[in-house]
Amino acid sequence: MKTNKFSKAALIVTIALGAVSCSNNDTTPIIPVQNVEFSGTYVQQDQMARPAINTVFIASGAPKDAFNAAIPSEMGASYQPIFQNRLLALNSLYTVNALGQTASQFTGLLSTDVLNVKKNGTTTFFDGTNVLTGRALADDVIDVELLLIFGGPTGTMNAGLTSDHVNANDKPFLTSFPYLAAAW
Amino acid sequence: MKKTKMVLGLSLVAISGLIFMAADHADAPAVTGNASDITDVYAFQGQDNNNLVFAVNTQGLLTPSATAAAKFNDNVMIEINIDNTGDNVEDLVIQAIKRGNKMYFFGPVAPGNTGVSSTVKTAAAAGSVDITPYGSAPITSTSNGMKFFAGPRDDPFFFDLGQFKAILAGNATSFNNPGTDTFSGTNVLSTVIEVPKSLLGTTTSINVWAETKKKQ
Repeated sequence: MKTNKFSKAALIVTIALGAVSCSNNDTTPIIPVQNVEFSGTYVQQDQMARPAINTVFIASGAPKDAFNAAIPSEMGASYQPIFQNRLLALNSLYTVNALGQTASQFTGLLSTDVLNVKKNGTTTFFDGTNVLTGRALADDVIDVELLLIFGGPTGTMNAGLTSDHVNANDKPFLTSFPYLAAAW
Repeated sequence: MKKTKMVLGLSLVAISGLIFMAADHADAPAVTGNASDITDVYAFQGQDNNNLVFAVNTQGLLTPSATAAAKFNDNVMIEINIDNTGDNVEDLVIQAIKRGNKMYFFGPVAPGNTGVSSTVKTAAAAGSVDITPYGSAPITSTSNGMKFFAGPRDDPFFFDLGQFKAILAGNATSFNNPGTDTFSGTNVLSTVIEVPKSLLGTTTSINVWAETKKKQ
Protein backbone atom coordinates (compact mmCIF):
# COMPACT_ATOMS: atom_id res chain seq x y z
CA MET A 1 0.00 0.00 0.00
CA LYS A 2 2.69 2.40 1.03
CA THR A 3 4.76 1.46 -2.00
CA ASN A 4 1.87 2.17 -4.30
CA LYS A 5 1.29 5.50 -2.73
CA PHE A 6 4.97 6.32 -3.07
CA SER A 7 5.14 5.48 -6.73
CA LYS A 8 2.09 7.60 -7.38
CA ALA A 9 3.68 10.52 -5.61
CA ALA A 10 6.85 9.98 -7.56
CA LEU A 11 4.94 9.88 -10.81
CA ILE A 12 3.21 13.12 -10.08
CA VAL A 13 6.50 14.76 -9.24
CA THR A 14 8.00 13.45 -12.45
CA ILE A 15 5.15 14.88 -14.47
CA ALA A 16 5.34 18.15 -12.61
CA LEU A 17 8.98 18.41 -13.63
CA GLY A 18 8.00 17.91 -17.22
CA ALA A 19 9.97 14.72 -17.73
CA VAL A 20 8.21 12.24 -19.95
CA SER A 21 8.85 8.68 -18.98
CA CYS A 22 7.14 5.57 -20.22
CA SER A 23 9.11 3.19 -18.09
CA ASN A 24 6.65 3.03 -15.25
CA ASN A 25 5.70 -0.59 -14.74
CA ASP A 26 3.49 0.00 -11.77
CA THR A 27 0.35 -2.04 -12.23
CA THR A 28 -1.60 0.07 -9.79
CA PRO A 29 -4.21 2.11 -11.61
CA ILE A 30 -2.76 5.56 -11.86
CA ILE A 31 -4.94 8.25 -10.43
CA PRO A 32 -5.39 10.69 -13.28
CA VAL A 33 -4.28 13.91 -11.69
CA GLN A 34 -1.53 14.65 -14.19
CA ASN A 35 -2.20 17.66 -16.36
CA VAL A 36 -4.82 18.83 -13.89
CA GLU A 37 -4.16 22.06 -12.06
CA PHE A 38 -4.65 22.01 -8.28
CA SER A 39 -2.30 24.77 -7.14
CA GLY A 40 -3.20 27.63 -4.86
CA THR A 41 -4.46 28.30 -1.38
CA TYR A 42 -8.05 27.61 -0.38
CA VAL A 43 -9.61 29.54 2.48
CA GLN A 44 -12.54 28.50 4.64
CA GLN A 45 -16.01 29.77 3.63
CA ASP A 46 -18.37 27.50 5.56
CA GLN A 47 -17.99 25.00 8.37
CA MET A 48 -20.52 22.51 9.61
CA ALA A 49 -20.86 19.39 11.71
CA ARG A 50 -23.94 19.07 13.92
CA PRO A 51 -27.22 20.00 12.23
CA ALA A 52 -28.74 23.44 12.73
CA ILE A 53 -26.14 24.71 15.18
CA ASN A 54 -25.20 27.91 13.39
CA THR A 55 -28.78 28.56 12.43
CA VAL A 56 -30.22 28.06 15.91
CA PHE A 57 -27.60 29.62 18.11
CA ILE A 58 -25.96 32.39 16.12
CA ALA A 59 -27.60 35.73 15.33
CA SER A 60 -28.40 36.64 11.73
CA GLY A 61 -26.04 38.45 9.44
CA ALA A 62 -22.36 38.97 10.08
CA PRO A 63 -22.15 36.73 13.21
CA LYS A 64 -23.21 33.73 11.09
CA ASP A 65 -20.41 34.41 8.62
CA ALA A 66 -17.98 34.73 11.50
CA PHE A 67 -19.06 31.39 12.96
CA ASN A 68 -18.66 29.73 9.56
CA ALA A 69 -15.11 31.04 9.39
CA ALA A 70 -14.22 29.76 12.86
CA ILE A 71 -12.36 26.52 13.53
CA PRO A 72 -13.68 24.00 16.07
CA SER A 73 -10.72 24.11 18.44
CA GLU A 74 -11.33 27.82 18.99
CA MET A 75 -15.14 27.82 19.02
CA GLY A 76 -15.84 26.79 22.59
CA ALA A 77 -14.17 29.75 24.26
CA SER A 78 -15.77 32.30 21.94
CA TYR A 79 -19.22 30.85 21.52
CA GLN A 80 -20.27 28.99 24.68
CA PRO A 81 -21.58 32.16 26.42
CA ILE A 82 -23.43 33.23 23.24
CA PHE A 83 -25.01 29.79 22.88
CA GLN A 84 -26.08 29.81 26.53
CA ASN A 85 -27.80 33.18 26.13
CA ARG A 86 -29.61 31.88 23.06
CA LEU A 87 -30.67 28.71 24.80
CA LEU A 88 -32.15 30.65 27.71
CA ALA A 89 -33.88 33.05 25.31
CA LEU A 90 -35.46 30.10 23.53
CA ASN A 91 -36.48 28.43 26.79
CA SER A 92 -36.34 30.71 29.80
CA LEU A 93 -37.34 27.82 32.07
CA TYR A 94 -34.38 25.62 31.04
CA THR A 95 -32.84 23.80 33.99
CA VAL A 96 -31.36 20.57 32.67
CA ASN A 97 -32.20 18.56 29.56
CA ALA A 98 -33.06 14.88 29.22
CA LEU A 99 -29.34 14.08 29.20
CA GLY A 100 -29.01 15.82 32.58
CA GLN A 101 -26.95 18.65 31.09
CA THR A 102 -27.11 22.12 32.61
CA ALA A 103 -27.32 25.09 30.23
CA SER A 104 -23.58 25.54 30.60
CA GLN A 105 -22.81 21.86 29.92
CA PHE A 106 -25.22 21.58 26.97
CA THR A 107 -23.97 24.72 25.25
CA GLY A 108 -20.38 23.81 26.07
CA LEU A 109 -20.90 20.64 24.05
CA LEU A 110 -22.73 22.30 21.17
CA SER A 111 -20.48 25.33 20.76
CA THR A 112 -17.60 23.15 19.57
CA ASP A 113 -19.19 22.15 16.28
CA VAL A 114 -17.93 18.65 15.53
CA LEU A 115 -19.75 15.38 14.92
CA ASN A 116 -18.60 12.72 17.35
CA VAL A 117 -18.38 9.47 15.39
CA LYS A 118 -17.82 5.96 16.71
CA LYS A 119 -15.69 3.62 14.65
CA ASN A 120 -16.77 0.48 16.47
CA GLY A 121 -20.53 0.29 16.45
CA THR A 122 -23.83 2.03 15.83
CA THR A 123 -23.52 5.47 14.29
CA THR A 124 -26.46 7.72 15.12
CA PHE A 125 -27.27 11.20 16.39
CA PHE A 126 -29.59 9.54 18.91
CA ASP A 127 -31.51 6.29 18.63
CA GLY A 128 -32.88 5.93 22.15
CA THR A 129 -29.73 4.18 23.32
CA ASN A 130 -26.69 5.65 21.59
CA VAL A 131 -26.08 9.40 21.87
CA LEU A 132 -23.92 11.38 19.44
CA THR A 133 -22.09 8.48 17.84
CA GLY A 134 -22.49 9.82 14.30
CA ARG A 135 -25.29 11.06 12.10
CA ALA A 136 -27.21 8.60 9.96
CA LEU A 137 -29.42 9.74 7.08
CA ALA A 138 -32.68 8.74 8.74
CA ASP A 139 -31.93 10.27 12.15
CA ASP A 140 -34.64 12.70 13.25
CA VAL A 141 -32.06 15.21 14.40
CA ILE A 142 -34.50 18.11 14.72
CA ASP A 143 -36.68 16.23 17.21
CA VAL A 144 -33.59 15.37 19.24
CA GLU A 145 -32.53 19.00 19.35
CA LEU A 146 -36.04 20.28 20.10
CA LEU A 147 -36.36 17.76 22.92
CA LEU A 148 -33.05 18.79 24.45
CA ILE A 149 -33.81 22.52 24.12
CA PHE A 150 -37.46 22.50 25.21
CA GLY A 151 -38.24 19.18 26.87
CA GLY A 152 -36.77 19.72 30.32
CA PRO A 153 -35.24 17.00 32.51
CA THR A 154 -37.70 14.29 31.52
CA GLY A 155 -38.48 15.43 27.98
CA THR A 156 -42.11 16.12 28.92
CA MET A 157 -42.15 19.92 29.18
CA ASN A 158 -43.46 22.11 26.34
CA ALA A 159 -45.04 19.12 24.61
CA GLY A 160 -46.09 21.21 21.61
CA LEU A 161 -42.49 22.18 20.90
CA THR A 162 -40.53 18.97 21.35
CA SER A 163 -41.36 17.42 17.98
CA ASP A 164 -42.12 18.90 14.59
CA HIS A 165 -44.00 15.69 13.71
CA VAL A 166 -42.02 15.23 10.51
CA ASN A 167 -40.39 11.95 11.34
CA ALA A 168 -38.84 10.71 8.12
CA ASN A 169 -37.46 11.78 4.78
CA ASP A 170 -39.73 12.20 1.76
CA LYS A 171 -37.93 9.38 -0.10
CA PRO A 172 -36.52 6.10 1.18
CA PHE A 173 -32.74 5.85 1.39
CA LEU A 174 -30.69 3.23 -0.45
CA THR A 175 -29.10 0.34 1.42
CA SER A 176 -25.90 0.65 -0.62
CA PHE A 177 -23.59 3.37 -1.85
CA PRO A 178 -24.30 6.25 -2.44
CA TYR A 179 -27.12 5.74 0.11
CA LEU A 180 -28.89 9.07 -0.58
CA ALA A 181 -32.09 8.90 -2.64
CA ALA A 182 -32.26 9.99 -6.29
CA ALA A 183 -32.98 13.65 -6.96
CA TRP A 184 -36.57 14.77 -7.54
CA MET B 1 -48.59 30.03 32.17
CA LYS B 2 -45.31 28.35 31.46
CA LYS B 3 -46.10 28.39 27.79
CA THR B 4 -46.79 32.12 27.75
CA LYS B 5 -43.40 32.82 29.26
CA MET B 6 -41.74 30.54 26.76
CA VAL B 7 -43.49 32.03 23.78
CA LEU B 8 -42.53 35.48 24.97
CA GLY B 9 -38.96 34.28 25.12
CA LEU B 10 -39.23 33.02 21.57
CA SER B 11 -40.71 36.29 20.35
CA LEU B 12 -37.85 38.22 21.86
CA VAL B 13 -35.43 35.96 20.12
CA ALA B 14 -37.21 36.51 16.84
CA ILE B 15 -37.09 40.24 17.32
CA SER B 16 -33.42 40.16 18.18
CA GLY B 17 -32.76 38.70 14.76
CA LEU B 18 -32.40 34.99 15.38
CA ILE B 19 -33.91 33.32 12.38
CA PHE B 20 -33.96 29.58 12.47
CA MET B 21 -33.17 28.20 9.06
CA ALA B 22 -32.83 24.52 8.35
CA ALA B 23 -30.02 22.19 9.29
CA ASP B 24 -27.52 24.65 7.93
CA HIS B 25 -29.20 25.55 4.67
CA ALA B 26 -28.47 29.12 3.66
CA ASP B 27 -27.29 29.75 7.17
CA ALA B 28 -25.24 32.87 6.55
CA PRO B 29 -25.23 35.74 4.08
CA ALA B 30 -21.76 35.14 2.61
CA VAL B 31 -22.49 31.59 1.49
CA THR B 32 -26.24 31.53 0.82
CA GLY B 33 -27.11 30.14 -2.57
CA ASN B 34 -23.59 29.40 -3.75
CA ALA B 35 -21.32 26.38 -4.01
CA SER B 36 -19.76 27.12 -0.62
CA ASP B 37 -23.01 26.68 1.30
CA ILE B 38 -22.94 23.41 3.23
CA THR B 39 -26.46 22.26 4.06
CA ASP B 40 -25.74 19.07 6.00
CA VAL B 41 -23.00 16.68 7.01
CA TYR B 42 -23.54 12.97 7.68
CA ALA B 43 -21.14 10.39 9.08
CA PHE B 44 -22.28 6.80 9.46
CA GLN B 45 -21.17 3.20 9.22
CA GLY B 46 -21.37 1.79 5.69
CA GLN B 47 -23.12 -1.27 4.39
CA ASP B 48 -19.71 -2.87 4.94
CA ASN B 49 -19.19 -2.42 8.69
CA ASN B 50 -15.47 -1.92 8.12
CA ASN B 51 -16.18 1.40 6.44
CA LEU B 52 -17.43 4.85 7.41
CA VAL B 53 -19.43 7.00 5.01
CA PHE B 54 -19.15 10.77 4.86
CA ALA B 55 -21.77 12.78 2.98
CA VAL B 56 -21.48 16.53 2.53
CA ASN B 57 -24.42 18.32 0.92
CA THR B 58 -24.28 21.80 -0.58
CA GLN B 59 -26.62 24.27 -2.31
CA GLY B 60 -29.87 23.30 -0.64
CA LEU B 61 -33.51 23.86 -1.51
CA LEU B 62 -32.94 23.18 -5.21
CA THR B 63 -36.23 22.69 -7.00
CA PRO B 64 -36.27 19.94 -9.63
CA SER B 65 -36.29 22.59 -12.36
CA ALA B 66 -33.22 24.31 -10.86
CA THR B 67 -31.25 21.14 -10.21
CA ALA B 68 -29.88 20.44 -13.69
CA ALA B 69 -28.24 23.85 -13.75
CA ALA B 70 -26.70 23.57 -10.27
CA LYS B 71 -22.95 22.94 -10.50
CA PHE B 72 -20.03 22.25 -8.27
CA ASN B 73 -17.44 25.03 -8.49
CA ASP B 74 -13.81 24.49 -9.57
CA ASN B 75 -12.70 27.08 -7.03
CA VAL B 76 -14.47 25.54 -4.04
CA MET B 77 -12.87 22.61 -2.25
CA ILE B 78 -15.01 20.42 -0.03
CA GLU B 79 -12.89 19.22 2.88
CA ILE B 80 -13.79 16.61 5.47
CA ASN B 81 -11.78 17.20 8.62
CA ILE B 82 -11.05 14.33 11.01
CA ASP B 83 -9.66 14.68 14.51
CA ASN B 84 -8.51 11.37 15.96
CA THR B 85 -6.73 12.72 19.05
CA GLY B 86 -9.65 14.48 20.77
CA ASP B 87 -8.37 18.06 20.54
CA ASN B 88 -10.78 19.19 17.78
CA VAL B 89 -7.85 19.93 15.47
CA GLU B 90 -7.81 17.99 12.21
CA ASP B 91 -5.26 15.16 11.99
CA LEU B 92 -6.53 13.95 8.62
CA VAL B 93 -8.41 15.56 5.76
CA ILE B 94 -10.26 14.17 2.76
CA GLN B 95 -10.52 16.76 -0.01
CA ALA B 96 -12.89 16.84 -2.97
CA ILE B 97 -12.59 19.31 -5.81
CA LYS B 98 -14.10 19.54 -9.27
CA ARG B 99 -12.15 19.74 -12.51
CA GLY B 100 -13.98 19.39 -15.79
CA ASN B 101 -16.76 16.82 -15.43
CA LYS B 102 -15.01 14.95 -12.63
CA MET B 103 -14.69 15.26 -8.89
CA TYR B 104 -11.16 14.47 -7.66
CA PHE B 105 -10.47 13.14 -4.17
CA PHE B 106 -7.36 13.34 -1.98
CA GLY B 107 -6.59 11.67 1.35
CA PRO B 108 -7.21 10.69 4.06
CA VAL B 109 -3.92 12.48 4.67
CA ALA B 110 -2.42 14.82 7.23
CA PRO B 111 -3.10 18.40 6.14
CA GLY B 112 -0.20 20.65 5.15
CA ASN B 113 -1.35 22.95 7.90
CA THR B 114 -4.42 22.93 10.10
CA GLY B 115 -7.03 25.65 10.27
CA VAL B 116 -8.65 27.96 7.76
CA SER B 117 -6.22 27.60 4.84
CA SER B 118 -5.53 24.48 2.79
CA THR B 119 -3.66 23.36 -0.27
CA VAL B 120 -4.71 20.36 -2.34
CA LYS B 121 -2.77 17.29 -1.18
CA THR B 122 -1.96 16.13 -4.70
CA ALA B 123 0.56 13.53 -3.50
CA ALA B 124 -2.29 11.74 -1.73
CA ALA B 125 -4.61 11.40 -4.73
CA ALA B 126 -7.24 8.81 -3.82
CA GLY B 127 -9.44 8.66 -6.90
CA SER B 128 -11.93 10.48 -9.04
CA VAL B 129 -15.46 10.03 -10.28
CA ASP B 130 -17.52 11.47 -13.11
CA ILE B 131 -20.06 13.92 -11.72
CA THR B 132 -23.48 12.33 -12.15
CA PRO B 133 -25.72 14.48 -14.36
CA TYR B 134 -29.21 15.34 -13.13
CA GLY B 135 -31.64 12.58 -14.02
CA SER B 136 -28.99 9.88 -14.51
CA ALA B 137 -28.38 6.76 -12.45
CA PRO B 138 -25.62 7.39 -9.89
CA ILE B 139 -22.10 7.06 -11.29
CA THR B 140 -19.73 5.75 -8.63
CA SER B 141 -16.09 4.73 -8.62
CA THR B 142 -13.88 2.68 -6.33
CA SER B 143 -10.16 3.00 -5.75
CA ASN B 144 -7.78 2.46 -2.85
CA GLY B 145 -10.63 0.77 -1.00
CA MET B 146 -12.68 3.97 -1.13
CA LYS B 147 -15.91 4.72 -2.98
CA PHE B 148 -16.82 8.07 -4.50
CA PHE B 149 -19.95 9.85 -5.69
CA ALA B 150 -20.70 13.46 -6.65
CA GLY B 151 -23.94 14.84 -8.04
CA PRO B 152 -27.51 15.85 -7.31
CA ARG B 153 -29.58 13.81 -4.80
CA ASP B 154 -32.77 14.27 -2.86
CA ASP B 155 -32.12 16.40 0.23
CA PRO B 156 -32.19 13.83 3.06
CA PHE B 157 -33.00 16.51 5.62
CA PHE B 158 -36.57 16.79 6.92
CA PHE B 159 -38.10 19.47 9.12
CA ASP B 160 -41.23 21.61 9.41
CA LEU B 161 -39.28 24.82 9.09
CA GLY B 162 -42.34 26.84 8.14
CA GLN B 163 -44.13 26.06 11.40
CA PHE B 164 -41.01 26.70 13.44
CA LYS B 165 -40.70 30.14 11.88
CA ALA B 166 -44.35 30.79 12.73
CA ILE B 167 -43.63 29.82 16.35
CA LEU B 168 -40.59 32.11 16.49
CA ALA B 169 -42.63 34.95 15.03
CA GLY B 170 -45.29 34.50 17.70
CA ASN B 171 -47.91 33.42 15.18
CA ALA B 172 -48.18 29.87 16.55
CA THR B 173 -47.55 28.22 19.89
CA SER B 174 -46.84 24.66 18.83
CA PHE B 175 -46.00 22.37 15.94
CA ASN B 176 -48.74 20.75 13.89
CA ASN B 177 -49.36 17.02 13.94
CA PRO B 178 -48.65 15.88 11.34
CA GLY B 179 -46.13 18.50 10.34
CA THR B 180 -45.14 19.57 6.84
CA ASP B 181 -41.65 18.79 5.56
CA THR B 182 -40.31 22.07 4.17
CA PHE B 183 -37.61 20.11 2.29
CA SER B 184 -39.97 17.72 0.59
CA GLY B 185 -39.33 17.59 -3.15
CA THR B 186 -36.04 19.51 -3.03
CA ASN B 187 -32.52 18.49 -3.97
CA VAL B 188 -28.92 19.14 -2.96
CA LEU B 189 -25.53 18.60 -4.57
CA SER B 190 -24.00 15.67 -2.70
CA THR B 191 -20.46 14.49 -2.30
CA VAL B 192 -20.35 11.00 -0.77
CA ILE B 193 -17.19 9.14 0.22
CA GLU B 194 -16.95 5.67 1.78
CA VAL B 195 -13.65 5.04 3.54
CA PRO B 196 -12.18 2.02 5.33
CA LYS B 197 -12.10 2.78 9.05
CA SER B 198 -8.51 1.54 9.07
CA LEU B 199 -7.45 4.65 7.11
CA LEU B 200 -8.75 6.95 9.85
CA GLY B 201 -6.37 6.07 12.69
CA THR B 202 -6.56 3.59 15.52
CA THR B 203 -8.87 5.34 17.99
CA THR B 204 -12.42 4.05 18.52
CA SER B 205 -13.98 7.48 18.07
CA ILE B 206 -13.23 10.51 15.93
CA ASN B 207 -14.52 14.04 15.58
CA VAL B 208 -15.64 15.05 12.10
CA TRP B 209 -16.64 18.31 10.44
CA ALA B 210 -16.85 19.61 6.89
CA GLU B 211 -15.58 22.82 5.41
CA THR B 212 -15.81 24.52 2.07
CA LYS B 213 -12.69 26.40 1.10
CA LYS B 214 -12.41 28.85 -1.77
CA LYS B 215 -9.36 29.43 -3.95
CA GLN B 216 -7.77 32.80 -3.29
